[in-house]
Amino acid sequence: MLALLSRDLKLAIRAGGGFGLGLAFFLIVVTLVPFGVGPEGKILARIAPGILWLGALLACLLSLDRIFALDFEDGSLDLLATAPVPLEGVVTIKAIAHWITTGLPLVVATPVFGLLMHLEGAAYYWMVIALLLGTPALSVLGTFGAAITVGLKRGGLLLSLLVLPLYVPTLIFGAELVRRGADGMETQVPLLMLAGITMATIAVVPFASAAAIRVNLR
Amino acid sequence: MSIWEYANPVKFMKTSSMVLPWVSILSALCIVTGLVWGFFFTPEAANFGSTVKVLFVHVPSATMAINIWVMMLVTSLIWLIRRHHVSALAAKAAAPIGAVMTIIALVTGAVWGQPMWGTWWEWDPRLTSFLILFLFYLGYMALWGAIDNPDTAADLTGVLCLVGSVFALLSRYAVKFWNQGLHQDSTIMKVGQDDPLDPSYYVPLVISIVGFVLFFVTLLLLRTRTEIRARRLKALEQRERMA
Amino acid sequence: MMPELGKYTATVLLSYAGTLGPMIVLLGWSLWRGAKVKAALAAQEERMKKNG
Repeated sequence: MLALLSRDLKLAIRAGGGFGLGLAFFLIVVTLVPFGVGPEGKILARIAPGILWLGALLACLLSLDRIFALDFEDGSLDLLATAPVPLEGVVTIKAIAHWITTGLPLVVATPVFGLLMHLEGAAYYWMVIALLLGTPALSVLGTFGAAITVGLKRGGLLLSLLVLPLYVPTLIFGAELVRRGADGMETQVPLLMLAGITMATIAVVPFASAAAIRVNLR
Repeated sequence: MSIWEYANPVKFMKTSSMVLPWVSILSALCIVTGLVWGFFFTPEAANFGSTVKVLFVHVPSATMAINIWVMMLVTSLIWLIRRHHVSALAAKAAAPIGAVMTIIALVTGAVWGQPMWGTWWEWDPRLTSFLILFLFYLGYMALWGAIDNPDTAADLTGVLCLVGSVFALLSRYAVKFWNQGLHQDSTIMKVGQDDPLDPSYYVPLVISIVGFVLFFVTLLLLRTRTEIRARRLKALEQRERMA
Repeated sequence: MMPELGKYTATVLLSYAGTLGPMIVLLGWSLWRGAKVKAALAAQEERMKKNG
């Protein structure tokens, strides 16, 4: 399983888009927003958590269709499905690899982007915590969407239509956590809910993704 | 005699063709009675004025919007567990009806909200949840449309329906947490409590809900029959090409 | 015949139209598609019977 993880990571880095593309996309979103709403620091600071979350969502979505597509085309997915490692495990590894290449860089880069968005003191570390807790769920759910659409020729648009509604709870609690943290209100409820959703997603959704892949390989 | 007999398409076609005229007549009767009664013969409510008449279209469509998804969940589960094709096709046939019901609930809600709350749209928990539910319907139907192989499509949409149900429910609670709403609570279940719905509204409302349920059953039977025929047509064409 | 709806006439009429309209469209579409598929299936079965 570790071998699979390192293989996926190597492929992502060598293919050139892995780490860089998601981050660049994130940067573009953050750059474009002030053009849309005006350069006033107060407004930017107010909408910053939402913008950063949306940027993370979209950056995550960008790289989803590549999770299984290549392996499906060259047949290595069939090999993985018959390998001694259970397919559920393979799917989880794929999600982890996706998170390391897109989610983790976003979390690391958030303080810098927060600067651009005039994010205020307490909101800083709440933003990082929220993204750290939330993005794994985004990757796992994205893997599910990718597993469902893997056999389709042009699944890209359909993939976003299927996956984005699933992101709603994570987005709500994630953004709420930052908002409350910034205002100095109690943060326990959204914090626990966000973590709970991520944990439950990681525990349950890989089974659905593996089932979808088995159907698509039939 | 068990319910599983209707999993046989031939049996289903035979029975549904017998039941269909009766259900459709009954449904038309109930909807006409309920709506005419609601529209012409109900008094104005103190705090709503004549807008209370919107109740008789808004509540039934909203009820159906949710329950059709539940029905799709059940039929998807039956397909995934027992692999009866009629069940999967019924789920497919139900989705557009559910989507239309969701639109109706949203539209009538917006029209009602305009004079009552002074806005067409408010990011109120119930409204927002319905919008999210509508997105789930759209994704479900788009997935059915995108896959050629009918069994693959049935399996994948079934799994999507399962996962979607959990997340739709989760969204419902998340949205509630996110914003406290303007929407009044459901009063229909409160009969016998402090603030029950007046009988002059209750009776026509129940009649129109029954009418909407029967309307759904009519359309569902009709559309499932079409899906079964379409499936058979596809199989025959394939056989012809093979020969 | 028409009940007195006061200042909410537009609201009530719009909501009834907004309900019945989509329902009728959906019913019409379902019937149309049902008839189309039924005809196509009948034609196909007829042709296959003829060809053996």
